[in-house]
Amino acid sequence: MVELCGIRLDGPVLNGSGTFDAIAARRAFGDALLKRFPFHAFVSKTITIAPRQGNPPPRLWETPTGLINSIGLPNRGLEGFLEQDLPELGELPVPLVVSVMGFSRDELAILVERVGERDEVAMIELNVSCPNVETGLVMGADPAETARAVERVRPLTAKPVIVKLTPNANKPAGVARAAEAAGADAVSLINTLKGMALDPRTAGPWLGGVTGGVSGPAVRAIALEQVHSVSRAVAIPVIGMGGIASGRHAADFLAAGAACVAIGTESFRDPAAGRRVTAELGLLVRA
Amino acid sequence: MEPPAGVSSVSAPPRSEPRTLAPPERRTAEVTRVERLGAYQLIAARDTEGPADPQPGQFYMLSTAERWGGGADERPYLPRAFSFARIQSGELSFLLEAIGPGTARLAELAPGEGLDLVGPLGVGWRPPPEGRRPLLVGGGIGTAPLVCLQDELGPAVPALLGFRSAAHAEAAALFAAEPAVATDDGSRGRQALVTDLLREQLDRDPEAAVFACGPPAMLEAVRALCAELAVPAQLALESGMACGFGACFGCVVATIDGYVRLCLDGPVLDADRLESAL
Repeated sequence: MVELCGIRLDGPVLNGSGTFDAIAARRAFGDALLKRFPFHAFVSKTITIAPRQGNPPPRLWETPTGLINSIGLPNRGLEGFLEQDLPELGELPVPLVVSVMGFSRDELAILVERVGERDEVAMIELNVSCPNVETGLVMGADPAETARAVERVRPLTAKPVIVKLTPNANKPAGVARAAEAAGADAVSLINTLKGMALDPRTAGPWLGGVTGGVSGPAVRAIALEQVHSVSRAVAIPVIGMGGIASGRHAADFLAAGAACVAIGTESFRDPAAGRRVTAELGLLVRA
Repeated sequence: MEPPAGVSSVSAPPRSEPRTLAPPERRTAEVTRVERLGAYQLIAARDTEGPADPQPGQFYMLSTAERWGGGADERPYLPRAFSFARIQSGELSFLLEAIGPGTARLAELAPGEGLDLVGPLGVGWRPPPEGRRPLLVGGGIGTAPLVCLQDELGPAVPALLGFRSAAHAEAAALFAAEPAVATDDGSRGRQALVTDLLREQLDRDPEAAVFACGPPAMLEAVRALCAELAVPAQLALESGMACGFGACFGCVVATIDGYVRLCLDGPVLDADRLESAL
């Protein structure tokens, strides 16, 4: 049993936003997914005010032990999410974290207010760090910008607010401190690292979105250092992620200061990766 | 409120979709047989924990249980998507050609070794419209999901197959009766494109319903021809996938309703949903 921002979880393993679509997975796996749900809390894909189609394909590139993605935040938009997705996400057997991204502080305020008033929602995560959309990088890369965003939304909901930090910042620990001072209840990190791949035939950009975000074991050492330094900079809980693929990796992130961990790209390789990491972590703790 | 284009089918799955649910975890199947089929390999594995009734056209995410990684360019890392070719008394088989680090590693598998898989995934072929006679059209490695479809529809269902050469055309042996074969170099069957065979066949039988899988240029030619002749067609498409179950949003293809995730709404799509199969 773990407590995260006053919310009780059966364990410390979450998913990274945008790395697991519980509604789609239920279509592929049926209700067996709910009986063997891989995570102790579920983090939604990021929603925006307006619906988004996402970036043109190709959207993926495999790297040595990793992946570059350029997805571009496709989603139904706030109204579509509230009407169609949220009731189904409310059926999940674990607390729900909804990830939101605004292209301005006004947009962020609307998202936090509307999402926060729904009973299905336990916590809200602010995506200020998605490297695939220009403005996301700007907000989360700067401590003052981050603080202004958190200050704006903080009075609008009583629910815990998590700030998802970008690793593409000069000093993530400085951004984390600014988020904490502005009233954030937790920080999560890392988001993907900005990356690029070239088409081997043309030497032009492979990804439809030109650049993308790198994830997977390739980024784990970087993520571990950032979790370590951010954990020392703030008193609020840290949710650590970045290339975690086993209980041993999860234990490392917890030892580096994380209160919880999240599984991202590893779920692409095995939809039950979250359960496996939990089981392996249990053995390590008992050993 | 009208759902936005491209994400419209996420929470309202058509009830009648030909989909067998997958267990929600990766599992290991034991490789029972590896057969050389000219330029291809047929890998068969006993999938004891998976469903015995995947729908023709569905696919699996495959990787090797051991040494997945460390190949060319320090890859593979992600599993690879394969439509299954056949399921027979619990033995699942896949047709593969070693063209990159993932397929090269899969091609090294030997009987007794572990094949990791997640699946069956996606939606398979739908039945032909009432009164239409099914006609299978395959190109290269794309003939695989037509093998199990012919198993289901019956050996009398005609198949038109196109290959690069006679070595590739050995995959025609997976089909019942004698499929019509065209090769690029004329080393087996007619020196023609499979779409040449298709045009002739549709002239003879305009009441056909086409089930096609193959490379993008072939599928686009099939789509355009069927649109011209008002013949219903289903196309099994391919797209780079990381997960296969709708998590990564990487495999989208453009349809008349916007982007759809091929792993979730496909890989089989009605041709009239596409402006182009390229």
